[in-house]
Amino acid sequence: MPIDHSRKSRSSRLQRVFSGALAGLAGAACSGPYPQSTLDPVSEFGAAIDNLFVGIFWWAVVVFVVVEGLLLFTIIKFRAQPGRPKPKFIHGHTLLEITWTLAPAVILVFIAVPTIRTIFEHDGSAPDNALVVEVVGHQWWWEYRYPEYGIVTATEMHIPRGRPIALEMTSADVIHSFWIPRLGGKRDVLMGRVSRLAFTADSTGRFLGQCAEFCGESHANMRTTVVVEELAEFEAWVAGQTTTPSPIDSLSPLERRGAEEFTRVRDPASNSCMVCHAVAGVSFGVLGPNLTHLASRRTIAGGILESGEEGLRRWLRDPPGAKPGSLMPRIDLTEEEIDALVAYLRALD
Amino acid sequence: MSVNSDAVSSEEHAPSVARSGVWSWITTTDHKRIGILYGISAFFFFLVGGLEALLIRLQLASANNDLVSAETFNQLFTMHGTTMVFLAIMPLSAAFFNFIIPLQIGARDVAFPRLNAFSYWVFLLGGVFLNASFLIGAAPNAGWFGYVNLTSRQFSPGLNIDFWVLGLLVLGVASLAAGFNFIATIINMRAPGMRLMRMPVFTWMSLVTQFLVVTAFPVITIALVFLLFDRTFGTKFYSPAAGGDVLLWQHLFWLFGHPEVYILVLPAMGIVSEVLPTFSKKPLFGYAVIVYSGVLIGFMGWGVWSHHMFAAGLGPIADSVFAVSTMMIAIPTGVKIFNWIATMWGGQIEFKTPMLFAIGFVAMFVIGGLSGVMHASPPADLQQTDTYFVVAHIHYVLFGGSMMGLFSGIYYWWPKVTGRLLNETIGKWHFWLMMIGLNVAFFPMHFSGLLGMPRRVYTYPAELGVESYNLVSTVGSVILAVGMLVFLYNVIRSLRRGERAGNNPWGGATLEWAIPSPPPPYNFSVIPEVRSRLPLWREGGVSEIPASPPEPIHVPGGSVWPVLTAVGIIVIAVGAVAKSVPLAIGGAVLVLFFAYRWAFEPFEM
Repeated sequence: MPIDHSRKSRSSRLQRVFSGALAGLAGAACSGPYPQSTLDPVSEFGAAIDNLFVGIFWWAVVVFVVVEGLLLFTIIKFRAQPGRPKPKFIHGHTLLEITWTLAPAVILVFIAVPTIRTIFEHDGSAPDNALVVEVVGHQWWWEYRYPEYGIVTATEMHIPRGRPIALEMTSADVIHSFWIPRLGGKRDVLMGRVSRLAFTADSTGRFLGQCAEFCGESHANMRTTVVVEELAEFEAWVAGQTTTPSPIDSLSPLERRGAEEFTRVRDPASNSCMVCHAVAGVSFGVLGPNLTHLASRRTIAGGILESGEEGLRRWLRDPPGAKPGSLMPRIDLTEEEIDALVAYLRALD
Repeated sequence: MSVNSDAVSSEEHAPSVARSGVWSWITTTDHKRIGILYGISAFFFFLVGGLEALLIRLQLASANNDLVSAETFNQLFTMHGTTMVFLAIMPLSAAFFNFIIPLQIGARDVAFPRLNAFSYWVFLLGGVFLNASFLIGAAPNAGWFGYVNLTSRQFSPGLNIDFWVLGLLVLGVASLAAGFNFIATIINMRAPGMRLMRMPVFTWMSLVTQFLVVTAFPVITIALVFLLFDRTFGTKFYSPAAGGDVLLWQHLFWLFGHPEVYILVLPAMGIVSEVLPTFSKKPLFGYAVIVYSGVLIGFMGWGVWSHHMFAAGLGPIADSVFAVSTMMIAIPTGVKIFNWIATMWGGQIEFKTPMLFAIGFVAMFVIGGLSGVMHASPPADLQQTDTYFVVAHIHYVLFGGSMMGLFSGIYYWWPKVTGRLLNETIGKWHFWLMMIGLNVAFFPMHFSGLLGMPRRVYTYPAELGVESYNLVSTVGSVILAVGMLVFLYNVIRSLRRGERAGNNPWGGATLEWAIPSPPPPYNFSVIPEVRSRLPLWREGGVSEIPASPPEPIHVPGGSVWPVLTAVGIIVIAVGAVAKSVPLAIGGAVLVLFFAYRWAFEPFEM
């Protein structure tokens, strides 16, 4: 899967602590970026969660050291030794017990107050100028709609850096959970409900995510990328997505044959491309991803294959082989049909 | 079967029914034998669940691995969770309830011995029924939590979910029957002087557990019946298109599911509260506080279910309320931890195997509790839920916690059950393999989770950078497997040539140590009179229990009707899975008939 490694990873302190801890534990050299790290946020939402977590983490470290230290000290100091007198029967100590009831309660106050503050500050509501992106979970791919621009796309979401983003999310089938760890926390999407997330990205780059709620056979293959761009690049992308694709007449002969394959009615009809897929000006299918600007995406098939020739070929030959359980069936296309379709799909930029 | 008390001679104290042979085990109503049956069956299922875990870990040992298919993986993790919760930890606890509670309270059996046999057989057959789904390649595959609408007929058309729904309904019958039985036993069957606040803490925590069972299982039963009706008869309880609600399942499931966590861990807390004082040679520090915090945990366990649903988006007010209630549970839990440490403080700690496991429980449960506080905070949980971070958490709580505690109980009471000790050296090997194995397996999961690895994925790309963490976890799981083999060897060795244990090999304070190991069928030659919370540690803490009964003791015989009634229940379930109305009705008729024969069987206590 293509990941942009160019951007220098702004690893948080905690992430370095963890990497170091494991390097010690396993002797494994853990280098390289963690594209789905929750500890390396690139949005104010992610940063708020990270701050909260780091605070709780250090409280936990203190409690861990005190309790486990006390436990170790006790079992070492009071191990059975010959000649020691029989232990005194102590049944309790009121003051001591009150103390260790209150101490955790006080610590919890220090955790609960910032927790509740963060809950209300990041409850998914966004300012009015936010860019609304509608997110629809499908088995097993993500659909993105931009009502502001009339764009419908899949698997790759483009957003501008610095502008608040409001995600309005639902599901076309089972429960999924939208999660781009570096942009913030996850949120479940359910049929018949609208769930919300709001964040403002503060760095550009390609950020990976995936469905986090078990949603059936290919749950592991329901991946996605959010591309955060500077405003100008984002506007260029919008312009590209809102252009009508080239008319069929302007296509090369092979591409034109691909377009014919795309629109051919097969037997059974559910094997016809256009029944499930939309291409602006050509077809209206809504069950599968909109393919109007497929070639502008780097990944296909729920983010598990690259959108180049090889990936498209592999997908068209045997979709359930690439993504187990895929709703797109194996159609047994001939190699010539695949050649033509690949050429056509690659022309959809 | 009626028992003529004349048949019991006072010299032999022989029970009136056969004490050997397969038939005697099938028809037994002796709480000790049922306890042993529970233990063996649950341990078998524990090994099955462990094997499933090993396959899961081998699949995840490297990125893009294809040892098992996506579908097989989904069945494995679903059955691993379902098995460990319902077929391993719960019935292992039930083994201790059965064997130990009557002995600790000075009773000759449970309140309803035949109901007890019925519970066991329903559990066993329900477990076999659930696992039989593997034979036709249709094991449950939607997670142990079975979220709708993935589990609706539309999205899960196969038999997989039918097996799951019916299997869980059947197991619920077993748990409920056992729950009521033990509540009745603990409330009514205590020996004279065994006041509630003199009860051993294991019995106390078991009592709290039973109240959770009888209140929580009806909730999941209702949730499952809704799902069964949706799937079978086309009702719309969970169908959003028809005005139903997919979140309803989550509320019902976790309303059961969180008390269930305490059903799994309170018995282990009880065991640890017995073992720590025995091997520190010091009574439990703050008995009353430990009992009250156990009861409080039981109550509070009902007010925290939505912390499993922070990512579902219930809104800031609900999230805040459940965050605070969840954090508050840490308080009574912390109190218990400190009281356990204080119990050891000033003691003469003997590091026998049961004690090692009990200390291991305290040490590991602290880690699970601390990660629990982390995801009690909803914003933090939005990054942690459904990732390996939570997998780490539940395994520190349920494996480092519950299973550690249960192994402590196995080593502690094994001599009482079998009359022989487990080997100490091999036991220590087992402990250290388990302690090291579980930390190697589960600690790296904190990292893989925080670095973005979701749960329940059969594959992950190498780009995530979590491969080495996963490999380490897999190595840990193999160490755990070796530890279990060492334990099995210890068991076999002990049964063949283990050192004989006397009445009280560890110098325990509670009543079960006053009688022979293994205990005679009637447990106590005379019902003792209890005068202290520490009957064997206090001068005159309990009335004298003579070596042989001064007068003939009537021991109830066996009964075949409980097991037959259990078979009838399974026939209903099989009929429902096979969509065969005659079979299901036939099963119901069998249940009624056998229950009728059971009710009118001359059976005396």
